Amino acid sequence: MTKDLAAWLIRVACGIRPLPAEMLPPAPVIFFANHSSHLDFVTIWAALPPAGRARTRPVAGRDYWEKTARRRRLARDFFNAVLIERQHVTVASNPLAPMIAALEAGDSLIVFPEGTRSADGQIHEFKSGLYHVARARPGVALVPVYLQNLSRILPKGDILPVPLLGSLTVGEPLRLGPDETKPAFLQRAREAVQQLAR
Amino acid sequence: MKFDPELIWLSSGIVGLLALSSVITFILKRRAGGGASKVVANLDARVKAWWIMVAIFGAALAAGWLGAVVLFGLVSFFALREFITLTPTRAGDHRTLFWAFFVVTPLQYYLVAMEWYGLFTILIPVYAFILVPTRSALAGDSEHFLERTAKIQWALMICVYCISHVPALLTLRIPGYEGQNAKLLFFFVLVVQLSDVLQYVWGKLMGRHAIVPTISPNKTVEGFWGGVLSATAVGTALWWATPFTWWQAGLFSFLLTLMGFFGGLVMSAIKRDRGVKDYGTMIEGHGGVMDRIDSLCFAAPVFFHLVRYCFT
Repeated sequence: MTKDLAAWLIRVACGIRPLPAEMLPPAPVIFFANHSSHLDFVTIWAALPPAGRARTRPVAGRDYWEKTARRRRLARDFFNAVLIERQHVTVASNPLAPMIAALEAGDSLIVFPEGTRSADGQIHEFKSGLYHVARARPGVALVPVYLQNLSRILPKGDILPVPLLGSLTVGEPLRLGPDETKPAFLQRAREAVQQLAR
Repeated sequence: MKFDPELIWLSSGIVGLLALSSVITFILKRRAGGGASKVVANLDARVKAWWIMVAIFGAALAAGWLGAVVLFGLVSFFALREFITLTPTRAGDHRTLFWAFFVVTPLQYYLVAMEWYGLFTILIPVYAFILVPTRSALAGDSEHFLERTAKIQWALMICVYCISHVPALLTLRIPGYEGQNAKLLFFFVLVVQLSDVLQYVWGKLMGRHAIVPTISPNKTVEGFWGGVLSATAVGTALWWATPFTWWQAGLFSFLLTLMGFFGGLVMSAIKRDRGVKDYGTMIEGHGGVMDRIDSLCFAAPVFFHLVRYCFT
């Protein structure tokens, strides 16, 4: 109830329209999007149909979201985020393990393969995590999402929002080809997002 | 608010007109059967949206002068939102925009509400004019600086300054017309919007020759004259609700329809420049808020000042 209200408020504030359930492939899926603002995962989360929203978890950097108690509460308790290691990756802290575990539990994921928020408006090279997860779970549909204007609403490094109209576009789901190489797949995934920008 | 039978007459007229439009749309839909054309579907959506807009407008006006100020303040806010969204600004403008949305816009309407004529007429042309480039310069980004500054200033002038002159009509003290300004506001909005609607209707019925085909192929010579003349006729016939004589009401109506046309044309040019058909999607069948109020932008300040100079 609180979450539905929060999702509605976020959609109104960012000018985002809800995604119809029939536009999405059956769960679990991985939504991957361009990244420029804190609003990115929040708006994807808010645009999802309520049933899907409850079972969709944003993937976020542990270093950033565990820095303060408030961030931790927001990420863990409210959005049920999958926090992954970005800085000191070891076998024990393999960032892929919690993502694969979440998919196995039937949850969908929201990922930003650029790894961090882009400050210049460009969609940067994708990091390889998306490929490795796709390789480990080839049955999972990969849904490209293009987010527009959210960095103008809340840019990186600012705390005051400006109420512009954002938009969220969802593309055709992708699947990893049987013998597709890592660079080819990552390039194709990035182009799928870029294509939605036009 | 005092009970004003003339205001009831005006409202009943609008409701009657809308009811008639709904009946006509219904008949058109029935006649077309399952294969109702796009035009009819759009007409249906437009008429339904008109019912909602009229209800909101009526409720705001019934709530008194503050209701009108708040309503048009929100209209400005949403219009500014659509306008700036379409206008490419840069990260260096972020705080400037924050000021525009959360300080300049509310302040402009606050000044209108407190009837401070001397300041609300210069707040944006003078003080926001200085504030906007200063705040952006402080952010230290000189790329396309003049362009960005001009765009934000323009957005504020059109969406906030010009539109704020609609509720400002309530602040005019016209001798012999005290306490009746709601009817003046009603007259203004009715004539401008009716001219818009009638230009659309005449254009659809017999439009052949586009006036400025490169900007708006839907604005035709036939639609223009049909709309302008019929809306002027309606405006003239409403002289009893205004502080004007019948011929003054006629002249004002004619002027309003012209200014409405100019406003719509200029806002279309901006849309075309940005490569979009509508400013937004908030109002079903119409597009965005900006698409509905484009004709009010130029008409409001001109009407306000002319009435002020000639009648107070």
